[in-house]
Amino acid sequence: MRLGSGTFATCCVAIEVLGIAVFLRGFFPAPVRSSARAVHGAEPPAPEPSAGASSNWTTLPSPLFSKVVIVLIDALRDDFVFGSKGVKFMPYTTYLVEKGASHSFVAEAKPPTVTMPRIKALMTGSLPGFVDVVRNLNSPALLEDSVIRQAKTAGKRIIFYGDETWVKLFPKHFVEYDGTTSFFVSDYTEVDNNVTRHLDKVLKRGDWDMLILHYLGLDHIGHISGPNSPLIGHKLSEMDSVLMKIHTSLQSKERETPLPNLLVLCGDHGMSETGSHGASSMEEVNTPLILISSAFERKPGDIRHPKHVQQTDVAATLAIALGLPIPKDSVGSLLFPVVEGRPMREQLRFLHLNTVQLSKLLQENVPSYEKDPGFEQFKMSERLHGNWIRLYLEEKHSEVLFNLGSKVLRQYLAALKTLSLSLSTQVAQYDMYSMMVGTVVVLEVLTLLLLSVPQALHRKAELEVPLSSPGFSLLFYLVILVLSAVHVIVCTSAESSCYFCGLSWLAAGGVMVLASALLCVVVSVLTNILVGGNASRKNPVHPSSRWSELDLLILLGTAGHVLSLGASSFVEEEHQTWYFLVNTLCLALSQETYRNCFLGDDSEPPCGLRVEQGLDGATAAWQDGPACDALERDKGHRSPSASQGLRGHEKWMVLASPWLILACCRLLRSLNQTGVQWAHRPDLGHWLTSSDHKAELSVLAAISLLVVFVLVQRGCSSVSKAALALGLLGVYCYRAAIGSVRFPWRPDSKDISKGIIEARFVYVFVLGILFTGTKDLLKSQVIATDFQLKTVGLWEIHSGLVLLAALLFRPHNLPVLAFSLLIQTLMTKFIWKPLRHDAAEITVMHYWFGQAFFYFQGNSNNIATVDISAGFVGLDTYVEIPAVLLTAFGTYAGPVLWASHLVHFLSSETRSSSALSHACFCYALICSIPVSTYIVLVTSLRYHLFIWSVFSPKLLYEGMHLLITAAVCVFFTAMDQTRLTQS
Amino acid sequence: MKDTDIKRLLYTHLLCIFSIILSVFIPSLFLENFSILETHLTWLCICSGFVTAVNLVLYLAVKPNTSSKRSSLSHKVTRFLKCCIYFLMSCFSFHVIFVLYGAPLIELALETFLFAVILSTFTTVPCLCLLGPNLKAWLRVFSRNGVSSIWENSLQMTTISSFVGAWLGALPIPLDWERPWQVWPISCTLGATFGYVAGLVISPLWIYWNRKQLTYKNN
Repeated sequence: MRLGSGTFATCCVAIEVLGIAVFLRGFFPAPVRSSARAVHGAEPPAPEPSAGASSNWTTLPSPLFSKVVIVLIDALRDDFVFGSKGVKFMPYTTYLVEKGASHSFVAEAKPPTVTMPRIKALMTGSLPGFVDVVRNLNSPALLEDSVIRQAKTAGKRIIFYGDETWVKLFPKHFVEYDGTTSFFVSDYTEVDNNVTRHLDKVLKRGDWDMLILHYLGLDHIGHISGPNSPLIGHKLSEMDSVLMKIHTSLQSKERETPLPNLLVLCGDHGMSETGSHGASSMEEVNTPLILISSAFERKPGDIRHPKHVQQTDVAATLAIALGLPIPKDSVGSLLFPVVEGRPMREQLRFLHLNTVQLSKLLQENVPSYEKDPGFEQFKMSERLHGNWIRLYLEEKHSEVLFNLGSKVLRQYLAALKTLSLSLSTQVAQYDMYSMMVGTVVVLEVLTLLLLSVPQALHRKAELEVPLSSPGFSLLFYLVILVLSAVHVIVCTSAESSCYFCGLSWLAAGGVMVLASALLCVVVSVLTNILVGGNASRKNPVHPSSRWSELDLLILLGTAGHVLSLGASSFVEEEHQTWYFLVNTLCLALSQETYRNCFLGDDSEPPCGLRVEQGLDGATAAWQDGPACDALERDKGHRSPSASQGLRGHEKWMVLASPWLILACCRLLRSLNQTGVQWAHRPDLGHWLTSSDHKAELSVLAAISLLVVFVLVQRGCSSVSKAALALGLLGVYCYRAAIGSVRFPWRPDSKDISKGIIEARFVYVFVLGILFTGTKDLLKSQVIATDFQLKTVGLWEIHSGLVLLAALLFRPHNLPVLAFSLLIQTLMTKFIWKPLRHDAAEITVMHYWFGQAFFYFQGNSNNIATVDISAGFVGLDTYVEIPAVLLTAFGTYAGPVLWASHLVHFLSSETRSSSALSHACFCYALICSIPVSTYIVLVTSLRYHLFIWSVFSPKLLYEGMHLLITAAVCVFFTAMDQTRLTQS
Repeated sequence: MKDTDIKRLLYTHLLCIFSIILSVFIPSLFLENFSILETHLTWLCICSGFVTAVNLVLYLAVKPNTSSKRSSLSHKVTRFLKCCIYFLMSCFSFHVIFVLYGAPLIELALETFLFAVILSTFTTVPCLCLLGPNLKAWLRVFSRNGVSSIWENSLQMTTISSFVGAWLGALPIPLDWERPWQVWPISCTLGATFGYVAGLVISPLWIYWNRKQLTYKNN
């Protein structure tokens, strides 16, 4: 089957999007969620089950403890308390664990063992997935139901001291708080003293119900010097004394209150042997959990080997202990020893509440919940419980009742365990099978693209896709067979839920057919190349041409960028990479212009000018002289009377334009500081948006809009020229209406609206211009000879997009748009046209500039920098589809505008008929190399400390970028098709 | 003739390397608390001075290029002044390039300028010594197939490797290792120095290796 290289590349990108989608679905498992999230606390608690007679106990049970103190020590590993270190450095805690009134457990944390998700797990009882981070987007506050939220609704007074992550997660929940920052890892004394200094005062006051202390020092010591450092001992002793202080104070207070108090000591995650955390080794996962209260029975002897429980059990236990409803998304089960001392009826009631909550969650998240063994156990125990209640109400205190009760109890505990297990396997595990399937598809596509480079960039821009070679069918069926066997084996043996297994057989089969077909194509292309390579080695047709510095830079830059994605700092500071590459590109271009304009006259043979690298000298035909001469000849051809002075002027512009572009880039770079390390530096953007500088911002916005108009109008037809002018005026009016800029004649207007009318006014013109452009394109297709019309049409589409971007950009970013157009004009006029780069190089340059402009806009690889306000421009309320589309366009305006300029530029150049398909192929290739490498990197780094904060957002950005690329490629191919039908 | 030439080239290059090594060790005898990282600017000045001095001495002693036939005093003086102006101009233009690359405009201006000075020392000073203040000759040497002696060939290589070293030196700046050498412009100056030294070492070896293939127009 013969395909144009543009069509081929588009198909490849489309398949790649599919692969990435499967990968993402595996990487970010859907979280277990309760759907009833809007009505917090409105739901009445489940009444006690009863067979026949109605129970009178329908309210929530009363609290078991009056005050709860939670001491959370960051990175407290289980052996720091239960092991030899605990015995040595924490004598008081060891005494409480062994002889005191306490219950001790080893709580298992689920990876990623990083503080923020672990706090979430402790307080909500759910297993947070990365999707939560995306869902919360700008606000780091926790939206899910949690013990803290329930306690606040119940009117409990909560005090917090420690890591300020809590304050961010639960804003306005604490009556009093003091957040310490974990930014300075080298400080491990101050950070804890800042928590302890409040302790005496607070313990004496006693006007609170819940006190939370989060100590960071131990974690910092671990990061500095590891778990075997002598500093650890000191810190543990300090923590022991803090615990003793709290415990004695609580005991002395207890006489005044009817109810006992509860002291909880826990860690959020452990510490590996090197002192770091994030992954899933035993040392990082196991944390101690000690519940201390006088309500518990004193233990007689030494009990080592505490029971293993889940970290998520804490939330349910705390809720029961405080008499609160269990958080809706909690997958944990009640730690039964806590309620062991209560009467049988209460014990059963607590367990019933917990099982009802878990089975509700199961019903909402698992479609076939009725078959779940946990659910069956729950139904059975509920029935038994009802019977027991009836007996209990009829006759009291008998031996039979107790025996029956303990049977119900055991039944409930078993149900809880099964339910909790089946819920927690739904989340918090990477779905490796889906990830693998996605990776395989993407890598196959990438290999195919790479292998077909020589063919696709050939002059004909066509390539043979061998779909029916002899070995093909046999191999194809074999691979399908193997894949289906693997699928069946994996899906039947998987313990955790797997998205790909959950798909219908048809869809999964389709993906497998695709994967095996791709494999076969790759194999046969490879054999073709090997065979053809032997043939061509016998008679080398093309002498190997030398690579120019520019090609070398492009290759090295692409490779360097791809490799840099493996380091978290380079992902955080990716804008630096792009700025660096673009600057170097400008310098390389400047060197090339110098060489062409100064040495071109020496009539040295091809060394003086661009040696064409079309990989097989595809475009070698049109290198017929030094570029500046070519330029001058062009000029002379067009206007024979062109004076010598103009030529000189043109030449100087050619020499100066790389430097002008460099200067523009430097200005843009200081407009928006982005990234992480230098994000706090003052930048022009903040200066402009501050309210003191509104006048400057207005002037700047007006000038930028003017520049945009001047640069864009030259290619448009007169109708769209007028539309553009009105549209840009509308943009200014919109910005004035929402109060970010002001009119010169109305300097202080107070009425600030949402600017709906103005924005819609602009939308009308955007659509009008786009429509005119499309109309011109269609017309040019019908009237086959009208080449000029097509160029105009493409430029009109470009200008429509520019107008839309002008509307959506924040006002201080309008210069970005103006500079982008300026650079495009300079490059087109003075670099690409005179220097005659080939389509591949121009494409890569466009891609690089597009990426740089993505960051010039103020974007970064952090979700928080997405400008969501773009989604609300001209909309009264939140309407999902337009809001998403507008936000996506606003975010990716830089790359999209450069791509649309690329289409226009290449189709306006008549020199090579296959330029567009070459460009489409190169664009697809250069976008898919980073994304394919990145998913492999992310898979291998999935237990990295920064997987959530750095790598996962970048993965989402890459996925989105690939989607945009696919759209761009479709546009390319459509343009290419119109050209094909013309010729 | 070639082997002796290459030998001379090698010795001069070794002398240059030696001067850089000396610039690390000698100042610590006279200055207290001298170290490359902490008193980086002092080191930059000293190193630049040493390398310039060695280049000048070599130029006077070896004189690989005996192009200047006229040797009147006034001609020599104008030539020297021209060289100084060229050097300063190259310093300023490097400074501008660094700022365009993202170096802070106002703060750390002295650091940026000294980086420009040291890079000029590694690149412009040898060019001035070898080719004189003659832009045409520079353009010839730095274009493809333009070199006409092993001296020019090695000059091309050392210059390019200094640039590449400085370029590569910028790469570790965004990493969050918080090392003292990641501070602007230390990594870049160190990169340029290593690049220069590498160029000095590699170019005689490379020329020796390819001495059969190398043919120059003049020879």
